Amino acid sequence: MTDTVAAAVSILFHGTAFAMVLYLISVGLSVTMGLMGFVNLAHGAFAMLGGYVLTSLMSRLGMPFVPALAAAAVATALASIVVERLLYRRFYGGEELDQVLLTMGLVFIAIAATTYVWGPLQQPLRPPRWLSGQIDFGFREFPAYRSFLILCGAVLVTMLWLGLERTRFGMQIRASVDNLRMAQSVGINTSRLFTLTFALGSGLAGLGGALGAELLSINPSYALDNLVYFLIVVAVGGLGSIRGPFAAALLIGIANTFFQYLLPQLGAFFIYALVMAILLWRPRGLFGRA
Amino acid sequence: MATEGLVRTGVGAGSGAPADPVESFARRHRYRAAEALPWAAAILVFVLFPDYLPLGAQVLANILFALATDLVLGYAGIVTLGQAAFFGTGAYTAGILAANGWGEPITGLLAAAAAAALLGFLSGLIVLRTTGLTLLMQTLVVATLLHEAANKASFITGGDDGLQGMDVWPIFGVFPFDMFGQAAYLYCLAVLFLCWLAARHIVHSPFGRSLTGIRENERRMRAIGAPVMRRRLIVYTIAAGIAGIAGALIAQTTQFVGLGVLSLDRSGTILIMLIIGGVGRLYGAFLGVPLYMIAQDRFSQIQPVYWYFWIGLLMVAVVVFARGGILGLVARLRR
Repeated sequence: MTDTVAAAVSILFHGTAFAMVLYLISVGLSVTMGLMGFVNLAHGAFAMLGGYVLTSLMSRLGMPFVPALAAAAVATALASIVVERLLYRRFYGGEELDQVLLTMGLVFIAIAATTYVWGPLQQPLRPPRWLSGQIDFGFREFPAYRSFLILCGAVLVTMLWLGLERTRFGMQIRASVDNLRMAQSVGINTSRLFTLTFALGSGLAGLGGALGAELLSINPSYALDNLVYFLIVVAVGGLGSIRGPFAAALLIGIANTFFQYLLPQLGAFFIYALVMAILLWRPRGLFGRA
Repeated sequence: MATEGLVRTGVGAGSGAPADPVESFARRHRYRAAEALPWAAAILVFVLFPDYLPLGAQVLANILFALATDLVLGYAGIVTLGQAAFFGTGAYTAGILAANGWGEPITGLLAAAAAAALLGFLSGLIVLRTTGLTLLMQTLVVATLLHEAANKASFITGGDDGLQGMDVWPIFGVFPFDMFGQAAYLYCLAVLFLCWLAARHIVHSPFGRSLTGIRENERRMRAIGAPVMRRRLIVYTIAAGIAGIAGALIAQTTQFVGLGVLSLDRSGTILIMLIIGGVGRLYGAFLGVPLYMIAQDRFSQIQPVYWYFWIGLLMVAVVVFARGGILGLVARLRR
């Protein structure tokens, strides 16, 4: 009995850590989808960039973990502004096929560019000493890094939600998602809003990619390998939603850990079947609007 | 995307050239001289470049795959990232049959088409209920699921090592697949020709026109009473079957099936080949696939990863500057 409880606690813990990474990476994709109507298949490339910036700053320049993490988020956000201004904005509300091709092209370029700069091998993340080993929570021990991941994720999610509910910028985003034309009519500068939202979403993805470098390993084909996960979180959560993807990320993260623990020989089989079943039941996702 | 047909009708009506709309509609069905070009080129290749026939057979099979993708993407407007699911199902069906004592190629093709079409029908029932990113994700999930299944079921598929030991019998019991690839090339050419006739017929039929209508304005088609879901499902199933035949051709002519036939890479590259040629024009596949595959054959030996860079750049350039691909550019120049 105690074994079952211990296993359940362990699954919940690791599943939640994975969910935090999934959510941080995917939430930007959901907002871009809902706000700009843009299918950004290259979103994973921004997460990958965050991971590369973090690991290289730490291993090559010897920068401490926390500043490197911040640098990863900022660098990704800045890079995303360039891409958005140069390419993406022409395709907002345009043909879906164009968006898919454009962003797939960017994924391919990202694969080649990262291979050129960092080589084909996986970049290992070496957490600082204060985050290695185990932490004793009284009733049992948990890996320190994953605990930090969950804590970080929880803090960021709270900040994000509060920001969207309480700040002027958050209100503008919500208004634009609800009714873009109306938002423009009342004087919201939606062009600037798009760029800022896009940068925020990509920065969060960069942070998620950096924090989760241990769970989703940083290598050139990152954006392609994990694409299906990010898309699942967004589609199951409901496009344009902020909270939907959180529920979806928790569901996918925990279910994935659960199935891997119980039936590792079947791989990711169940998770895909589960996703198809959910979408059969609710084609617009769990929190999608009709 | 491909508005060629509609635009042309519009231009014709404006300048008053074809007085009779029925006549202008019927004209589409007739074979034009230019449509013989790809076939003449294919026969020329057979005569002039005997050393390249194995590559040629691959090109022909991939043209067929791109043609199937064009039906779904170009005509029905369903943006999918999971066409490899059907291609791979066809390849594994034909491969597993041939590896287990039934190497008759033509029944192998039919079995592959049936298996892929069945999968297309069943997955289409779920996938086509959604649109946009959700649809894209679900097509990707179907393909990933099959990739996972083929990887785990290594006792039938050979898993990571690929399916080996295929024994494909001679075509009609007379023409064996030889190492020079002559039989394979002509076999692929014949199958492609038959499927092209079928696809051409579908595209120009009232059913095909209604697909274009759904692509251009789904709401209006619903309003005039077109069964949107059913039409989409039908074309999705047909295209899945054709993609299955293409996969089976590759399996039978190379006598090998690897996990790559089910990969996201496969779905992505076939999209690129089609886009280079031009989407929704039926002939984009005939231009884009040979260009892509010949270029890949030439350049990728240098450094396969950097091939990705140029392809990515090309995709971005096509979307930004040359929407409609090569055929789109040609159409623009002629106007």
